[in-house]
Amino acid sequence: MNLDYLFDAAHWDFSAGSIPQLILSHLWYVLLALAIGTVIALPIGLYIGHTGRGSFIAINAGNAGRSLPTLGLLMLMVTLLGLGLLPVLIALTVLVIPPILTSAYAGLRSLDQRVVDAARGVGMRPWQVLTRVELPMALPVLMSGFRSAALQVVATATVAAAVGLGGLGRLLIDGLAVNDYSRVLAGAIVVAVLAVLLDLVLAFAQRWIVSPGLRVSR
Amino acid sequence: MITYLSNNSEAVLAALRQHIWLALLPVLLGFVIALPIGYLGVRVPWLYHPLVNVAGVLYSIPSLALFVFLPVVLGTKILSPLNIVVALTIYTVALLARTVADGLRSVDPLITESATAMGYRRFRRLVDVELPVALPVILAGLRVATVANISLVSVGALIGVGGLGQLFTRGFQLFYIEPILVGIILSVLLAGIADGVIVLIQRAVTPWTRFQGGRA
Repeated sequence: MNLDYLFDAAHWDFSAGSIPQLILSHLWYVLLALAIGTVIALPIGLYIGHTGRGSFIAINAGNAGRSLPTLGLLMLMVTLLGLGLLPVLIALTVLVIPPILTSAYAGLRSLDQRVVDAARGVGMRPWQVLTRVELPMALPVLMSGFRSAALQVVATATVAAAVGLGGLGRLLIDGLAVNDYSRVLAGAIVVAVLAVLLDLVLAFAQRWIVSPGLRVSR
Repeated sequence: MITYLSNNSEAVLAALRQHIWLALLPVLLGFVIALPIGYLGVRVPWLYHPLVNVAGVLYSIPSLALFVFLPVVLGTKILSPLNIVVALTIYTVALLARTVADGLRSVDPLITESATAMGYRRFRRLVDVELPVALPVILAGLRVATVANISLVSVGALIGVGGLGQLFTRGFQLFYIEPILVGIILSVLLAGIADGVIVLIQRAVTPWTRFQGGRA
């Protein structure tokens, strides 16, 4: 194994199957799954956290999500629905939902109830309490859930190559299939760097969107 | 599904057996390695933040990438189960080193001071007082690591060694849903049982936590 594949300029020219193109398709799956998953999970998590109704769903969703084998879920969806983006997207979205739902719930529950009471006391409506007090204060916890969801999806999107999709997993799966270990190594390095960078970007985003007033009491 | 199970019971059992030791051996190894590392992160305060950051980076590396990357570093064959064991051990250490450090840091200084005043030396104090008090936090981390490992093993099937994951790849190749379902159900059950066993162990070894609810 060597780094020839990674440093060959011919693999960086944005043509089909080149490394930049695989990075883009990888990110595309990740963003789609994160966006759809957030749209589904965030309102449910906030509702449960805000009202306190149905907490057992939020608590168990986290455990269930962690124990689901990602490869099995992916292959189950593809076997049920056929090859294509849709089954893979469903599998990825299913993985995104538990951490976001659980962290939205946990974020709201971990708040000092006196703060929520005070917000109500100064005359805020339930919607205002949620959007102006609870949500901003729960953001650190919520973001940590979002970050673990993002990591999970980056990793699983790699596996998506095994069911015929693009993304950086192509380098790993195709490289293994033809015993081209230089390609495998290139894929492993690029996807690991991508995962670490994405987490870093989200960490900065977290610092940027979380109110400075909350930073001290972390 | 029942017919599939009865016709393939031996293959399924072999996959399950492999799955169990591929997932649990790394938990054991990782726990043993993480204890001194986590302790170091507490004893040498400036090491704590680098430790957390390195652990975070390691944990964010996708499993498939690590599985195929390790043979380069270790010089093992790509089909060797050792790759899976080492990769999952790395994840376990990354998760638990931080948990151990956080657990030890959460020990009330009053407790350690009392222990010192009673004549405990550093090592005995660590083993007899600090570790037991930190145990609920550490075991919570161990539960997460165990469940995560059990679900991650299957990804190994893509490089040929993956316990129940082999049922997934087999079902996928034949476009046959039964083995996939059997694999998912067994994997989730296994995770649930392992999680439950750790909870039982925790109850047995930290009996005092059950009474904390009554404390003022």
